[in-house]
Amino acid sequence: MKLHGELRQFILDNYLLTRDDSSLGDSDSLTGRGILDSTGALELVMHLEERYGIKVLDDELHPDNLDSVEKIAAFVERKRA
Amino acid sequence: MRDGAAPPDLEKMIATLRHRGPDGLNHLYRTPCMLAHARLSIIDLETGTQPIANEDQTIWTVLNGEIFNFIELRAELEALGHRFRTRSDTEVIVHAYEEYGVRFVERLNGQFAIALWDIPRQRLVLARDRVGIRPLFYTRTRGLLLFASEIKAILAAAPEAAVMDERGIAQIFTFWGTVGQRTAFKNIQSLPPGHLLVVEEGGDRLERYWDWTFPAGAGRSDLSLDAAAEELRALLTDAVRLQLRSDVPVGAYLSGGLDSAGIAALTAQATTKRLRTFSITFDDPEFDESEYQRQMAAHLDVEQTSVRCSYRDIGDAFPELIWHTETPVLRTAPVPLMLLSRQVRDSGYKVVLTGEGADEVFGGYDLFKEGKIRRFWARQPRSRWRPLLFSRLYPYLAHSPAANRHFAQSFFGKRLEELENPFYAHLTRWATTRGIFRLLSPEFRAALEGSSAEEELAAELPASFDQWAPLARDQYVEVKTLLQGYLLSSQGDRVSMANSVEGRVPYLDHRVIERVNALSARYKLRGLREKVLLRKALEGLVPQGILGRVKQPYRAPDCRSFFEGGAPLPYVAELVSASNLRRTGYFDPGAVEHLVEKCRTGRALGAADNMAFVGMLSTLVLHQHFLGGPPAWH
Repeated sequence: MKLHGELRQFILDNYLLTRDDSSLGDSDSLTGRGILDSTGALELVMHLEERYGIKVLDDELHPDNLDSVEKIAAFVERKRA
Repeated sequence: MRDGAAPPDLEKMIATLRHRGPDGLNHLYRTPCMLAHARLSIIDLETGTQPIANEDQTIWTVLNGEIFNFIELRAELEALGHRFRTRSDTEVIVHAYEEYGVRFVERLNGQFAIALWDIPRQRLVLARDRVGIRPLFYTRTRGLLLFASEIKAILAAAPEAAVMDERGIAQIFTFWGTVGQRTAFKNIQSLPPGHLLVVEEGGDRLERYWDWTFPAGAGRSDLSLDAAAEELRALLTDAVRLQLRSDVPVGAYLSGGLDSAGIAALTAQATTKRLRTFSITFDDPEFDESEYQRQMAAHLDVEQTSVRCSYRDIGDAFPELIWHTETPVLRTAPVPLMLLSRQVRDSGYKVVLTGEGADEVFGGYDLFKEGKIRRFWARQPRSRWRPLLFSRLYPYLAHSPAANRHFAQSFFGKRLEELENPFYAHLTRWATTRGIFRLLSPEFRAALEGSSAEEELAAELPASFDQWAPLARDQYVEVKTLLQGYLLSSQGDRVSMANSVEGRVPYLDHRVIERVNALSARYKLRGLREKVLLRKALEGLVPQGILGRVKQPYRAPDCRSFFEGGAPLPYVAELVSASNLRRTGYFDPGAVEHLVEKCRTGRALGAADNMAFVGMLSTLVLHQHFLGGPPAWH
């Protein structure tokens, strides 16, 4: 759950510009809520690569992997495994 | 002025407009009306002093701008028995008014803000040009009606009117500009383009005399592209001919794109003297177009002058920009244009022709393509290949919302089914712009409760709007928001007049607009090819390399202009400090801190963050310039 917390914090700080934890649920769709677009996805990938030492391939840049805190966490776990 | 009202300090008012007219100050006082004028002498340098009167001095006027068809109008009026004392374009106003009444404006081809005082009728007429090239503001206070070309002149006489309008700010934070009569100041109105305000005994009337309009249905499509282009070229040639009327030399802007290239080429063709052109270049290659500027300058054999712009130049000049715009802005792009007009002035020029308006008239924006693809996709929402067309959009953006196919689909696919929405093409853009709402303080949000910028704009749409073709609807919305509220004002009149330079815009000659608006969309956007008719009309005048270029809108570096060596510029640090944010009340210190940190570390890549930063900073600068104290809701 530490990973979930870190990711949620990153999204709150960088996209929602708030520390209010209640403004984002772990399963909320980031594209559906207009939080993440192509550019936002690039910013997110930059962060994931730097913070977690993973490499994100072009065809992994997909909402299936990055559309919610839960999906991002699962994706990072898979890549690190 | 009503009976008993204390007269305003006219000299103090006009002194604030010295930059608009450094060549002479004059005024007239005929109870109960006072007129003052700061002159930028361009036509009739000897006898064109204003205010100017009719034969028996019963009608007086001041004009900011130009009446381009004054020679034809003068001949017409002289034939009707009017006697002229000067060679000035302003004098036709009083005689045309005598002859035709308040609707005299319909006879004018020009860019103007006019105030006219009719002594026998005790009637004041304020008039603004059709598309809003010259500004005109007014307010009512203490038994006075105060009007001026810029808000600062009104505030000089009525400091109590310096109250920020939270709904105006919300409109700017959505559309980039205010709509209708609204401004960033609660008690100050803008006379909308194409309108008259008549003030006389028995009440005031605000009259619309012109608007952008389009045919019901598809529009005219019987002309071949060649025939339509030939007609357009003749019309543009005539528009340039009229706009070259001046007793001082006229230069032209050259951006590197098709639109300014076309105007420069038509200008060079119309004059015997070697044309002088002016361009902006950037240190940052993402924004720089100097290669194309050189190409065009060589093609036309003009004398070309460039102003090179660094991040620091933009950051340093930004507060001065906001002094002139008198409104928040979401982009820094007006700054280099302000620096460019300074260069124009220093080069001894005070008039330039520009390519502004072509994207609105001829259908040049990627936004129009975005609307077209969304409508095409909405017909088969399950299609997998239709949304692939989004990859053709915004190729000039380093970080485009269309860059990744999967994210582009969810980005552009929002509200896809709302085909009846009048703002269908604009919905995604406005949602991005409104990213700045993340920064608003709870108090500002509360002040906005119950208001909707979109509903306010919807109230301005004409009755026939629903019957127009989709592209025509998108064009109209673009004109009423971006063109009028930003491009012609913050990025147009205000940044050229900041240095006493008059910009002229031949593409916005109303005859061109009326002609092209009548045509069907296929003369504008064919497939995803933009400005088809204009390209055809400029064939042979503009080199193929520029004619075939995909549109690259003029932009400048945004939030990175305000940081150096990992720290904000000193004035920026002060403005975004928690204490200033609490004192001014617009923005939430915590949210601003997050965004500033993101910008400082170079992680703010997208449009939403960049616009939010510039919008926030410009609001704080505006407050500092004009309000000083806390906003009204404190």
